[in-house]
Amino acid sequence: MITFMVRRLLLGLFTVWLISMLAFAIIQLPPGDFVDSYIANLAAGGATVSADEANAMRKLYGMGQPIYVQYGKWIVRVIAGDLGESMEWRRPVAEVIGDRIWLTLLLSFAALLVTWSLALPIGIYSAVRQYSLADYVFTLVGFIGIAVPNFLLALIILYTAFRYLGMSVGGLFSAEYALAPWTWDKVKDLAWHLPLPALILALSGTAQLIRIMRANLLDELRKPYVVTARAKGLSEMRTVLKYPVRAALNPFASNIAYLFPYLVSGSIIISIVLGLPTVGPLLVRALIAQDVYLGGAIVLLLGVLTVIGTFISDLVLMWVDPRLRHQLD
Amino acid sequence: MLGALFGRRKPALSQAERFAMATQLQLTWWRFKRHKVAMVSLFIVALFYVIALGADFLATTDPHATDARTSYIAPQPIHFFEADGSFSPHVYGLKGVRDPRTFKLVYTVDPSRHVAIDFFAPGYSYTFLGIPTTTHLFALRNPERGDGIFILGTDQLGRDIWSRLMVATRVSLTIGLVGVSISLFLGVLLGGISALYGGIVDTLIQRTIEVIRSMPTIPLWLGLAAALPNDWSVTQVYFSITIIISLLAWTDLARVVRGKFLALREEEFVMAAELAGASTGRIIFRHMLPSFLSHIIAAVSLALPAMIISETSLSFLGLGLRPPAISWGILLQDAQSIQSLALAPWLLAAAVPVILVILAFNFLGDGLRDAADPYG
Repeated sequence: MITFMVRRLLLGLFTVWLISMLAFAIIQLPPGDFVDSYIANLAAGGATVSADEANAMRKLYGMGQPIYVQYGKWIVRVIAGDLGESMEWRRPVAEVIGDRIWLTLLLSFAALLVTWSLALPIGIYSAVRQYSLADYVFTLVGFIGIAVPNFLLALIILYTAFRYLGMSVGGLFSAEYALAPWTWDKVKDLAWHLPLPALILALSGTAQLIRIMRANLLDELRKPYVVTARAKGLSEMRTVLKYPVRAALNPFASNIAYLFPYLVSGSIIISIVLGLPTVGPLLVRALIAQDVYLGGAIVLLLGVLTVIGTFISDLVLMWVDPRLRHQLD
Repeated sequence: MLGALFGRRKPALSQAERFAMATQLQLTWWRFKRHKVAMVSLFIVALFYVIALGADFLATTDPHATDARTSYIAPQPIHFFEADGSFSPHVYGLKGVRDPRTFKLVYTVDPSRHVAIDFFAPGYSYTFLGIPTTTHLFALRNPERGDGIFILGTDQLGRDIWSRLMVATRVSLTIGLVGVSISLFLGVLLGGISALYGGIVDTLIQRTIEVIRSMPTIPLWLGLAAALPNDWSVTQVYFSITIIISLLAWTDLARVVRGKFLALREEEFVMAAELAGASTGRIIFRHMLPSFLSHIIAAVSLALPAMIISETSLSFLGLGLRPPAISWGILLQDAQSIQSLALAPWLLAAAVPVILVILAFNFLGDGLRDAADPYG
């Protein structure tokens, strides 16, 4: 088990390293060097930069040196906590991102909880009551969940709520709390706004998980040990929950590592439709405006936090599922 | 068929004999035909590709032509009969009305003026499979400026959404095909190598797959797509976006190929071929490939909708294809804000083909996956 954890950790570190290279590529890819465009940007705003200052900046960012030196300098600064300067906002990247990164994670995590808490009972119900009316309804909803990309779903819900209920469902906060410092009331306001986007984000993952759970449980329920348990007079509830469900839980374990990155990914796009204050809208704007340090930093942060989130969920699952622990020894 | 040609008659076979003599492909097809939903899906998918092929023929007006007069015209039905009951397909014309308060000229539909529709009539010129032509399925007879067949209404710039949707269908569906081809190539190559060589190569490829799958894809796609130079042509952007999407999408196919490959390697018929002295190439292509070809086809038909969603999402965010290219994502981009949606809900029209195609591909893939193992 320790070896497994170490292997997971090493793989995670490797992923982080790869993501950092990609983030750096995003910073480097646009034509022209960053200092040039920074100076041009400042000049457009009326400020001037002397040649000395420009040279000092070039030196700081390692311009003109081989690419791996530039990467090295950049990664050292990032580890020290300096993510660079946002060109568009004229403020340090860390300051621009601020709370948004945590709200992104909160939204993804909430969607993860929704996925689990819906997929598990519905999957069990659909398998135990196969071909019942509710099973068909869930199957239908499941197919819609898979077929409708979540940004379209968000768009349709947004429009429907506006058109027929006359309300605007976007955002994570009411207007009066949007810029307010964190208070208990603001948290309550957030808790009130969070479920809808989390549900939209969770739908397609939930639909897939229900299908897997249902299929697995159906396979388990046909096995002789279930018949034996029933023959021995176990209550139906106990018969199902005690062994087959636990055996069928495997997909929850194996899919979780991919579910979380998937949700983080999805949160970007639905945040733009629903106007949520996550890093999504910030990232897209930064990339369109070629605000490279902001864009690169967001990609890097999202990647790293996803790896950490996945690692933690791996640990949790190992703690929950004894088979996973033992098969690895 | 040849037998019939030479006058030889096939003996009548019983059900069991037919089953025993059928090729794998026949068995798969028989099994697939029993899956009604999958058959309907196959039909829908085929229909969409026919639309993609004949997009310009089905379009009524030039999808790039803008006209301020026809801004935000609501969907206009085609009327087939005149008031006296005679058959004469037509649409209503447009007329300019001065707004009594702002004195601005606004264009509205004028039900008193009928503009007749001709079938197989000339319209804007295009090329069909390299042949220049002007024939469209239907077009207006003697239109005045601003008149058009607005089955699905128009957007802010007065472009006909129906015509744009037709052309977008072609772009979005072919992106899926091209992207899947690239993914398939990478997946079969790397999955095959992984299974064939095993050892350190296998470990390396498997870890790479795990790493790619554990990264959030949309931010990476966005970052890479944003780095494409602004002055690239529509075609260059089209292929770059396709490559960017498929670079992260081949992993599922590689896993299917590797898994099937490893499972088949243990089968008796492979060992029999080996003992009979067949070369590795012959074993793979003659004996193993037919067995997992249907699985690959099923995996591809499940990968296609994912590709289409990816392209649509990227273009929707403004970082995929760029105007003047037209795709489903670009059409939906207009529907991004609730303000324009409230004003012109018909902008959401592109959502319908997206959902329909993805649903159809999913059912089709399910049916194929069930049919892929006809002996099971």
